[in-house]
Amino acid sequence: MNNAPLLELRGVGITAGDRRNRRTLVRDVDLTVAAGETVGLVGESGSGKSMLVKSAMRLLPRHAATSGRIDFEGRSVLGFSRRELSAYRSRDVALIHQDPRAHTNPLRTIGDFLVEGVVAGKLLGPREARQRACALMAAIGITDPEHRLTQYPHQLSGGLLQRMMIVAALLPSPKLVFADEPTTALDVTVQSEVMAILQEQIRERNLGLLFISHDLDLAAAVTDSLAVMYAGTVVERGTTAEVYSRPLHPYTAGLLACRPSATAVTRLKPIPGRPVSAYEVASGCAFAARCPFATEECRKDRPQLRTVEDRLVACHRVEQIGAELAQVVHS
Amino acid sequence: MTTRSVIAPALVVEGLRKEFPAHSRGGKALVAVDDVSFTLERGGSLAVVGESGSGKTTTARIVAGLERATSGTVTAAGSGKGTARPVQMVFQDPFASLDPRQRIGAGLTELLRVRIGLGRAAARERAVGLLAEVGLDEQHAARLPRDLSGGQRQRVAIARALALEPEILILDEAVAALDVSVQAQVLNLLRDIRERTTVAFLFVSHDLAVVRQVTDQCLVMRNGRVVEQGPTAEVLDHPRDPYTRELLDAVPRPGWQPRRRSA
Repeated sequence: MNNAPLLELRGVGITAGDRRNRRTLVRDVDLTVAAGETVGLVGESGSGKSMLVKSAMRLLPRHAATSGRIDFEGRSVLGFSRRELSAYRSRDVALIHQDPRAHTNPLRTIGDFLVEGVVAGKLLGPREARQRACALMAAIGITDPEHRLTQYPHQLSGGLLQRMMIVAALLPSPKLVFADEPTTALDVTVQSEVMAILQEQIRERNLGLLFISHDLDLAAAVTDSLAVMYAGTVVERGTTAEVYSRPLHPYTAGLLACRPSATAVTRLKPIPGRPVSAYEVASGCAFAARCPFATEECRKDRPQLRTVEDRLVACHRVEQIGAELAQVVHS
Repeated sequence: MTTRSVIAPALVVEGLRKEFPAHSRGGKALVAVDDVSFTLERGGSLAVVGESGSGKTTTARIVAGLERATSGTVTAAGSGKGTARPVQMVFQDPFASLDPRQRIGAGLTELLRVRIGLGRAAARERAVGLLAEVGLDEQHAARLPRDLSGGQRQRVAIARALALEPEILILDEAVAALDVSVQAQVLNLLRDIRERTTVAFLFVSHDLAVVRQVTDQCLVMRNGRVVEQGPTAEVLDHPRDPYTRELLDAVPRPGWQPRRRSA
């Protein structure tokens, strides 16, 4: 097996805006996704998780700039020529959006939508593409696939349409799938089903999956490793089981502690304040203003990711606050 | 007939039915709400739980007077203060429910003057008090909705609803659009309001964990019908209806695995 990971991000930063008003959206992010690995990218609004995925597909708007390195199988995505980029987008990677309705053309049939990419990318002929799409639909439990091809997006429920997005994403047989909040717009029972289908296909094909979510519980259930983002940076990275059961960063711990439970009534322990974006952060740790453990050092000096117990954590005080953090989560 | 000595419930809904006329379904009307009955006690908190299309929002909108029922009755206690209705509603998206050009304080003051008939000074004072109750200060009063975060906007929406001193506060997915860290803040606020006032909550949500935190009674709806009804803890801990169980099983939690429905 090839040793280079599928996707490797090193020191990725994203800025946007015009020359006078340049805003930092993502700062110094390192991330890798290997074949057959599911990586979760978790964070609240404005944390930069979607921007990061867009930058990895080079889908950022014109006024946004990416710095650092983004490598796909050892080749620099940021250095791709037009032709390489179109090949990369059509064969190597696929993106599943949050809102399938916003990403399908209401005037074109599902069939047109599904085969457009593979036909335009000359991966398959139109007839073959339709056959493959039908086979794939049948495999993920969509009934009467032939008929579905002739339907329009408005005739399908949200859950069914999102399954079509999965079909469209998998049809070109990509190596890596980005899923940006793929089930956020869906009901819980449908979410369960769509996630099961996605997971099944990803495993069967040994694909890499970068799963973006604001829902730590959901991400924890479906990923192998987790990266928690706050204000445009990764604050904690490690295997899912460890991050979830024993968070080391106060933000991760706070996120875990503030979610309501369906089985017990407790006074919730919210994180004070609101989530901030990278450009709102001056010097020091981005989380310091909301962190119960912050000291003068945290406010002055931005912590870098460092290895603590097989994991990467960006916090000055990991060693001092470990025991208290455990209490925050489990009390 | 119930005896008059007991305090009348805040809201009694009986045999509610709502049909939407069919234009493209071959003449068959869509029944959004079908024979829904429930009682909301004064100061009580009732959850209406269900997935999209279950009729939960339509039920809430009928109670709020935004939609007319095809049949059935809605009886709300109290007459409301001034010209305000005794039922107020907080919507899911606080950005869409606030006037983008009106400052927060000015909006609240206007509401109090027009609806309750307070004088200028009294209204202003009350507005500051209301904002304080939801954890905002005078600084926020001077801002426009766009300068507030999602959580703050939702607090404003709650303050505006409470300003009219309703008997019943309908919260339609009121915390669904908020980030988790902020959602917890608003849930705690809602719980404080329940302790402080006698306002009754009609809490429409798809999120069982959220429902658990702020309601005592719970109504599970599916396809317009009530499939299960009872105390929230009882329904969530010992669901009797298979659909309720399915909903509960679908909530991600430690050790959870997504599942394809067998059907």
